[in-house]
Order: sequence, then structure tokens, then C-alpha cells
Amino acid sequence: MPAEASAPVSSAASTGSFCSLGVSFEGVQKSFGPVFALRGVTLRIRAGEFVVLLGPNGAGKTTLLRLAALLVTPSRGTVRFSAATRSVDAQSSGDSIPQEAAKRLIGVIGHSTLLYEDLTASENLRLFARLYGLEDRDARISAALDACGLPSRANALVRTFSRGMRQRLAIARALLHDPSLLLLDEPATGLDRQGLAWLTERLSGLRGQGSTVIMSTHARSESLDLATRAVVLVGGRLVEDTGADGKLAALLDRLRSEN
Amino acid sequence: MSTARAASIILAKELRLELRTRELLNATLIFALIVIVMFSYAFDPTSAESRRYGPGLLWIAFLFAGSLMLHPSFAREQSNETLDALRLAPISNFAILLGKMAANFIFLAAAELVLVPIFAVLYNLPVASVAGRLVLVLALGTAGLVVAGTVFAAITAHSRMRELMLPLLLLPVLAPLLVAAVEATASLLNDAPALDRSWVAFLAAFDIVFMTASWLVCDFLLEE
Repeated sequence: MPAEASAPVSSAASTGSFCSLGVSFEGVQKSFGPVFALRGVTLRIRAGEFVVLLGPNGAGKTTLLRLAALLVTPSRGTVRFSAATRSVDAQSSGDSIPQEAAKRLIGVIGHSTLLYEDLTASENLRLFARLYGLEDRDARISAALDACGLPSRANALVRTFSRGMRQRLAIARALLHDPSLLLLDEPATGLDRQGLAWLTERLSGLRGQGSTVIMSTHARSESLDLATRAVVLVGGRLVEDTGADGKLAALLDRLRSEN
Repeated sequence: MSTARAASIILAKELRLELRTRELLNATLIFALIVIVMFSYAFDPTSAESRRYGPGLLWIAFLFAGSLMLHPSFAREQSNETLDALRLAPISNFAILLGKMAANFIFLAAAELVLVPIFAVLYNLPVASVAGRLVLVLALGTAGLVVAGTVFAAITAHSRMRELMLPLLLLPVLAPLLVAAVEATASLLNDAPALDRSWVAFLAAFDIVFMTASWLVCDFLLEE
């Protein structure tokens, strides 16, 4: 039976404070037929952390992100969300919130752009603004197009865009509803140097704002410098977690030297 | 957001995309037209034969055209994984399914609106005098076809030979619907037209059963 999407989980947004979302994986296993993508991963990501997922192809990074995005359900184990209300200088303790309610607080940038090629840029953004029930849609769409540098292409079909333009619009779409938890799967795909700088700037802004970011990337990514924590997956298992205790720099140095 | 509201947003998106590309409508209409015309030439039916076989030929044409039209419903969400984008939104999976069902119903109904008068002319059948009751039968039959068809389009969207799998899975399931729709249509095209309420009730029950089933399994359907 389908689960109904719930009302907003927190009144934080309406009271001016900022709601950040943490996510916990407890003994999560995911298999696709006989193939195990994740083998009992336990990982707690606190609200406000900027976590990079590292590991070779097929390590389970994308599956972990898709589990956090509620696009797939675990074969075993649980995925839980907790919301923390942040004000300027304080953070309340996290309250567990239902998965369906967490959906409106999650933004995803995937391998694919998640955009309709036969809709224009503004039609794509309007569709998702409506699905998320956003108010002030025109202003938000206009601001999103400005932010991704595509205001002059607002009424052009996405199929006429270059790969980099599509990726920038995809990022604008993912940020349209001001997500508290951002899940990024190789977000730099297709971006040129200018686009990468723009992405790093956006991610830096999100980090400063207190959003939780989980990003799968490679060891040479420029966005790694923003990370507060790194997690390494190999063969569906969590093999290394720097936590928040200063091991991050050493791990990144080691990985960069290996590459 | 209510399921109805979310489904209406999905429906609007489907209509906009189709009006822009016209892929589904054109293909469905041309295919069904070819089938009806070919049947007409192949059988060269007399008036009595038309009354007897016409409803079956009409519904087979709708069935084939429907299975052709339903396949892209989910398949075209795959190019940029846009179905994931819909599933990420805070709406129920049933709303996505319902929006697509409504869109498919409109597309097939639009094709039928063109095809039925052509069918009536080619087979010399008096549909004008029973138009209201015929619309009821067509609506119930088309609803069953698109509800079941959309569910199976979602099931087969991730399979390897999906173009082949959809009709293979769908057509046997639609056999009871086909029988009921043909019988109900035939009862209207008799010398003494009268709506066969038992077949109409069967069609309505088929629609309700499949709609309920789709509501129950929609989360499973839309996950990989």
C-alpha cells in the first residue's frame, strides 16, 4: 500500500530557523538479484556534515546515495533521518522524522540530469516547483536560472543545451526547494572549469548554510576541500571512515598520491 | 499535497510533452487506422458480418494500438532517469501512476474519437443512434485497458526486451476485458440495440479491481 507524503516535518522553516537533516544507515544491505551492492553498512551522518564517499567503481557509493534518497529500499537494515533545527549559533538535538516527510528536505544530483529534454528550462523548474508545492514559483525559478547562468535560455528546450548547461540546470533543479540534505553523485560530470568553480562555490555556500551534504566523487575532485569527513567503500563494505577527528586530510593526501 | 493534485501536475506534464512531440498520438492513430482499413479489405464484410465481427475487430485494433501507445509511457522516462526525479518529489507513487493513466486515457480516447467514425463508415455500422451508450462502453473499456496497461508498462520498463514483453504480458490479462467490451459493443450494434448491463458491470468491475491493485502495488511497481 502506498505511503502518503506527510506534511512538512518541522515548522523550523516558517519560524526563521534552519532545519538540517542527518541520516543513519544501520546494518544496511542491498542486493539486486544475486549481486550485492552493499553488505551491512552502518554509518551515521549528522546534520550539517559534508561527507565525501570515495571508492572504486562498483563500491556501492551510488546505491548508498539512492538509499538515502529513498529511491530504493534496503534488502536488510534501516535508513533513518533526523532533523536538527539550527539557529545562528546553536543546534537543537535531532528528532527522528518519517521517511516520507524527509523527502521534501532532500535534494539529489545524479549521474543523469533528471530533466525532461522536450521541456524548456523554465518548464522543467516549474514542474518540480509545483511537485514540491513551492510558493513564489516565478521568483524562485528566475533566481535559479540566474544562479546557474541560464536566464537567457529560460525558454529553450533542454535538448538544445550542452552537457555542461544541462548539468548546471540539473543542479539548479536539485536546489530549487532549498534542501536540507543534498545527495550528489559525481556532480562535476560534464562541467567545464568555469562550471566546476561555480559548483564548488554553490557547495561552499551550502556548507556555510549548515546543509548536510553527501557527495560521491573521485580523489582528484576540487570539491574535496569542502569535506568535513570522508568515507571509503570497497565491494559494498565501509572500509574507512575519517569521522570528524582530523584524519580526513591524511586520507585525502594518501588517495591523491595514489592517483 | 493531495494525490489528485499531484496526479493533475503529472497529467499536465504528460500532455505538454505529447502536444510538443506528438509521438504517441500520431503513432497510435496511424497504426489503428491501418489495422481497421486492412481488416476491412481482408474481410470485405457484408452488413450482417459487420455487425457480428465489427466490434471484435474494433477492440482488437484498440488493444494493439493501446499496447503500442502504452510502452513509451514509462520507457521515455528512462533517457534522463526522470522517473527518479518524480519519485524524489514529496508525492505518492500512486499519484505518478494515476497521472500517467489519465494521460494515456486521454490519448487513447482521442484516437478512438477519430477511429470510431471511420470504422462506422468502412463497416457501414449505425453508431450515431447509439452514440451515448457506445461512449459509455468505450470509456469503461478504454479505462480498463489503460489502467492495466500502465501498470504493465511500469513493470516492463526495466526489462531488457520491454517492447516485446509489454504485449506478451498485457494481452492475456486483457482477454476478459476484450470479451466484455466486444460483447457490450455488439449488443449496441444489433438490429435491436440494447445495452447489455451485465457486460457493462463486468467492465466497471475490471476497472475497479485493476485500479485498486495498482494502488496497492504502486510502491513496488516504481522501484527498480
